Amino acid sequence: MEILASDFFQRALIGGVLIGITAPLMGIFLVLRRLSMIGDTLSHVSIAGVALGFLVGVYPVAVGLLFAIIASFFIEKLRKTYKSYAELSIAIIMSGGVALASIMFTMGRGYNVNVNGYLFGSILTLNDTDLITIAVVTFVVLVAIRTQLKELFLLTFDEDAAAVSGLPVRFYNVMISVLTALVISASIKIVGALLVSALLTIPAACSLIIARSFRQSVITVVIIGELAVVAGLMIAGVWNLAPGGTIVLLLIAIMLILMLVKRGMRLGS
Amino acid sequence: MQNSTCHQDIITLEDVSFSYQNQAVHKGLNFSVKERDFIGLIGSNGAGKTTLLRMIVGLLKPESGTIRLFGQPVSQFKQWDRIGYVPQKNSFNPLFPATVREVVLSGLYSRNKLFRKITKADQKKCDDALHAMNIEDLAMKRIGELSGGQQQRVFLARALINNPSLLILDEPTVGIDSETQEGFFHMIKHMHQHHNITFLMVSHDMEMIRSYLGQQPAVESGKLKFYKKHSHELQDCVENDLTHSLRELRQQMESRREVVTVGDLS
Ligand SMILES: Nc1ncnc2c1ncn2[C@@H]1O[C@H](COP(=O)(O)OP(=O)(O)OP(=O)(O)O)[C@@H](O)[C@H]1O
Ligand SMILES: [Mg+2]
Ligand SMILES: [Zn+2]
Ligand SMILES: [Zn+2]
Repeated sequence: MEILASDFFQRALIGGVLIGITAPLMGIFLVLRRLSMIGDTLSHVSIAGVALGFLVGVYPVAVGLLFAIIASFFIEKLRKTYKSYAELSIAIIMSGGVALASIMFTMGRGYNVNVNGYLFGSILTLNDTDLITIAVVTFVVLVAIRTQLKELFLLTFDEDAAAVSGLPVRFYNVMISVLTALVISASIKIVGALLVSALLTIPAACSLIIARSFRQSVITVVIIGELAVVAGLMIAGVWNLAPGGTIVLLLIAIMLILMLVKRGMRLGS
Repeated sequence: MQNSTCHQDIITLEDVSFSYQNQAVHKGLNFSVKERDFIGLIGSNGAGKTTLLRMIVGLLKPESGTIRLFGQPVSQFKQWDRIGYVPQKNSFNPLFPATVREVVLSGLYSRNKLFRKITKADQKKCDDALHAMNIEDLAMKRIGELSGGQQQRVFLARALINNPSLLILDEPTVGIDSETQEGFFHMIKHMHQHHNITFLMVSHDMEMIRSYLGQQPAVESGKLKFYKKHSHELQDCVENDLTHSLRELRQQMESRREVVTVGDLS
């Protein structure tokens, strides 16, 4: 148990608490607009950036972040231009990212990179720079959501109505993608590139089961996200497991429980 | 009364053409809507009514020609809170976690209200709009749980909450029960006659067009027809605010209903 008091675990925990707020919040906008795939795509592209960072000796998370932001612009463009092929182009970008990452990681074998940590998450590897990155990203996301929540709600609920209200829809779409890219790259070291999108989408999926108002869904996703991240990190710490896996399994468990409870309530009433 | 300034152009189309991929929908369309006009737009299915309205509110760009709103080209137009628009269909995710109240309030979120918090006055406007469409009881329900007609009333309330000077309605009463429909027409007539509101409404309701616009509409396949009534002399109305009239109208409707009920008993 003394691991829970250790420096590196404390860092992971603080980082986890922060991404436990931001990742599920951004997930709401993706899930409600049926763009869940974007989370996966950005994380897979981001991992290619991380690999490049190792290869050229630049702070990997920053390169990953840069890659994710570029990809988010690209996806937004594709989404607009080829509406009907959006899914396909997303799949191509995603596999392209993984392909690039795998090649660069094998090229950089000599550097002895802990690839597993980036794919599945780790509580051992978070350093102070990572923590600062996460804190800055959290701050930016929270300021954006806090000041623009009502506009983001309108955009998510009814993009046409947002446009007719004179809201800069293009700007908001890019903003959502970029913020998502930031959150994902910042979360990769803790949750892992392969699993991070689950931290965005599953809490939002849970909120569809229980929330009746947008307000409630915002609160719900944060509670569920925090619960899964904090408990998941502790379990991972104590039993020395990959935190991404424990967090995601907990999220799935929460969702199943909510579904059963809802079903029970419907049968009961 | 205040009729000196009433022939300002609200909507102008000059030589507007539009096609989807390869299908031409509009060719060289010209018309204008003046302040205090009530325009009924009639046409067969697929004639291009919805397409036209979507161009006017800036959701589609004309292939050629110019559309102006309040004298300004749509692309430069900024005062969107002067326009209330109810689309023909709303395709939102039925599981979307949003209450009726949240949706109606969102009618107030516009460019000039960025960074502004929702105020007590906004909540009051929302109450009035809900009241006018007779959906106060549904206010805290999730929008996806409502029937089609109830949802349509929510979107009408959302369009009305801003106290717009131009209302663009695409078949607003489809799926609405006849009582609410009657109340709604009563209300828009009042708004047209007593308040400075201009209407562009697509409708298949020939009876409404005939009784209010005083013309017998004729549908020709594939053609758009415009029927117009101009409300030159605004009749006195105590207040200027639209939400007032919503309240007042609801009261009128309710008192009329009471009269009917009493009549039935005797
Ligand atoms: N998104 C689209 N892509 C391609 N063609 C379209 C699209 N929307 C409409 N059309 C076509 O354009 C024509 C006009 O459609 P529109 O929806 O404007 O008709 P409408 O007059 O509103 O009909 P309705 O009375 O059924 O509402 C139709 O022939 C339709 O098939
Ligand atoms: Mg139509
Ligand atoms: Zn006049
Ligand atoms: Zn009045």
